[in-house]
Amino acid sequence: MNLSQDQLRSMYRTMVSIRNFEETVKQAFAKGHIPGFVHLYVGEEAIATGVCSALRASDTITSTHRGHGHCIAKGCDMNSMMAEIYGKATGLCKGKGGSMHIADVGKGMLGANGIVGGGPPLACGAGLTSVVTGSGDVCACFFGDGACEQGTFHESANLAAIWNLPVIFVAENNGYAQSTPASYHCAIENIAERAASYGIPGAVVDGSDVFAVHEAAVEAVKRARAGQGPSLLECKTYRHHGHFEGDQQTYKDDLYKSVSQGKDSIRDFRALVTEHGWFTSEELDAIDREARQAVEEALAYAESSPLPAVEEVTSDVYVSYP
Amino acid sequence: MAVATAARTITIAEALNESIRLEMRADPKIVIMGEDIAGGAQVEHLEDDEAWGGVMGVTKGLVHEFGRERVLDTPISEAAFIGAAVGAAATGLRPIAELMFCGFLGSCLDSLLNQGSKLRYMFGGKATVPVTIRTMIGGGFRAAAQHAQTLYPMFANIPGLKVVAPSNAADAKGLLTASIRDDDPVIFCEHITMYTLKGEVPGGEHVVPIGKAAVARPGSDVTLLGVSLTAVHALNAAKTLAEEGIDAEVIDLRTVSPLDEETILESVQKTGRLVIVDEANPLCGLASHIAGMVASRGFHWLRAPVGMVTAPHSPVPFSPVLEDAYLPNPKKVVAAVKETCSSAS
Repeated sequence: MNLSQDQLRSMYRTMVSIRNFEETVKQAFAKGHIPGFVHLYVGEEAIATGVCSALRASDTITSTHRGHGHCIAKGCDMNSMMAEIYGKATGLCKGKGGSMHIADVGKGMLGANGIVGGGPPLACGAGLTSVVTGSGDVCACFFGDGACEQGTFHESANLAAIWNLPVIFVAENNGYAQSTPASYHCAIENIAERAASYGIPGAVVDGSDVFAVHEAAVEAVKRARAGQGPSLLECKTYRHHGHFEGDQQTYKDDLYKSVSQGKDSIRDFRALVTEHGWFTSEELDAIDREARQAVEEALAYAESSPLPAVEEVTSDVYVSYP
Repeated sequence: MAVATAARTITIAEALNESIRLEMRADPKIVIMGEDIAGGAQVEHLEDDEAWGGVMGVTKGLVHEFGRERVLDTPISEAAFIGAAVGAAATGLRPIAELMFCGFLGSCLDSLLNQGSKLRYMFGGKATVPVTIRTMIGGGFRAAAQHAQTLYPMFANIPGLKVVAPSNAADAKGLLTASIRDDDPVIFCEHITMYTLKGEVPGGEHVVPIGKAAVARPGSDVTLLGVSLTAVHALNAAKTLAEEGIDAEVIDLRTVSPLDEETILESVQKTGRLVIVDEANPLCGLASHIAGMVASRGFHWLRAPVGMVTAPHSPVPFSPVLEDAYLPNPKKVVAAVKETCSSAS
C-alpha cells in the first residue's frame, strides 16, 4: 500500500467526520431543526473517502441527493455545510440549495443533485472542460444504483468513452433505489459489467473497504489523467439508515440488515492500521474527538447563524437580468 | 475564411455562421457541439469543408477552421450532450450546443429545467453557466407535430434561462453574439423557414443587446407585436393595412425572456390598441402573458380588447392544408387588426 501516515490520517479523519456529521444531522432532523428532508451517507463513508483521496484539489466531483459525504471528502467547510442544511444565510449556498443541492464549485464540488441521474452529463461537461483547456483535471461522478437505470447514465458513459473524457463513474450500489431492490431494478448483478458495452474498464470493489476503493480510484484517475478515458467503478455498499430520514425501512430483509450491521469501514480501518502498528488506538481516538468537536462546532455555527433576508428570494437567478 | 468588415446582404444562416466564427476566433473557450454540427466525424474520405455543418448548414466550414476539438459532433444523446454543455459551462468553457429541433427538448429537459437553469440559484450565486443552446422552432416545412413546434413560452417559463428569437439576419448575428457572450444560459430560437431569408448585416463585430425589443415600423393606430417569423408577418400585415388607411406600429420582440415590457407599454400608450401574433400554442403562452401584462400595467390606455393571433391548442398537423390553417399568417393578422380597430372606444 502506497499511503503515507498523513494520507491515512486524513482518510480516517474524513470517514469519522462524515459519520459524525451524518449522525448529528440525524438527531437535529429528528428534533425538527432541519427543514425539508435529508438522505444520510452512513455506511458509505469509505467510497467518498477512497475516491476523493485519489483526487487533487482542482479535480471536480458530481454528487447525489445523498451528498454530504462527498462534500466533506472533497474538502467543503463543515460549518457552511451544516448552515446550508439548516437553511441559513451563512450556508454554502446562502440557504438556497439545502441538503439536496449543496455545492461548493470553488472546491470542485459541482453539487449534490436532487435528480437521480442528474450528475453524469454534468461530469462529461467537466471532463470536456479539462480536455479543451488542457488542465489535466479529472471528474469523479458519484451516483447510486438507482441512477444506473437512467438514460443519462448510459448516454454519458458512451459520450465519455467516444470523447475519451477524464471521468470516473462511481456507482454506489447500496442495494436499493429508494425501497426497490437492485435485484429487481437491474437486470444484471454487477453494474460494472456494463462498462464492457461502452468499451471502458469496469471494476467491482467492496465499498466498505476504503483501501480497495482508493486503490481502484487511483488506477482510474491515472488512466483518466493520462488521456486514456473514463472508467466505471462499482462500489458494493450498504446504507445503514433509510432512503431518507423518517423512512421505516420495512423493505430491508434480514440478510441485508445483518450484513449491513457487520459492515463498518471505520471499525475495519481501525483494526487494520492498529494491527500493523501504523497508528495506536489512542491516536485514532484523538482524531475521533477532533472530528466530533468539529461537527459540534458546525452545529453551533448553523444554529446561531442568521436566516436569509427575504429579499434574497429573487437574487442569484441570473448574472444579469434587467 | 475572411469575414467582411462592411455591411452586405446575407442570409440568416450566413449571419449566424459569421457570429459563431468571429466569437470562436476571439475566445478559445468557446466550443460548439451537436448532432452533425461538423458532420461526418471520422469519415476518412470527407474533407472538413465538405461536411454538413448541421442539418441546415448553419455551422458549415467551422470545423475546417477550428478543428474537431472545438467543433464536436455528438451521438444522438441530447440528455448527455446538452447536460455536458451545461457542465462544461459551469467549469469554465463557453459552449454553444445545438438542439436540432426544439421538440427534442423532450429528450434533454432535465439538463435545462433542473440543471442549467437552476445551478446558479441553488448554489447561492456561486456558479455561472454561460451556455448558448441554439434550437429550431416553427412550422411551415410540413415537418408535423414533433419537428415544427414553437416552444419559447416553455423555455421562458423557466427562471434562470434567457430566451431569444430574432426575425432578420442582422439581429440573428447581433443577438447570437450577445447570447454567446452572455454569462447566463440562453436559448436561441431559429425559425426553420427563415434560414435563407436575406438582409443587410453589419460586417465585423455586431452585438444586439438581449432584452430589448425593436420598433420595426412606427405607427399610430394599433400596435402589432410579433417575434421571430410572426414579426415578419406583422410587418407584411402592416403594409396591407397601410393601403387601407390603418397605420400600424410593429414591435419585433426579439427577446422573450427578459421581456421588454417598457417598449410594449410605450407603444400601447401611443396607439391604444394591441394585436399580438404568436406561433406558439395559446394556453399559458407568450400572447396571453403579454395580454395579461398590458391589462395589468396599461389597461387605462386600451381602447379595445387585446387581439391575439396564435396557433390553436393542438399539435402542428402534417397535411399542408391543415398546417396552413394552423399557422398565423399576415391575412389572419389583418383580419384581427380590423376587428380590434372596429371595436367601440
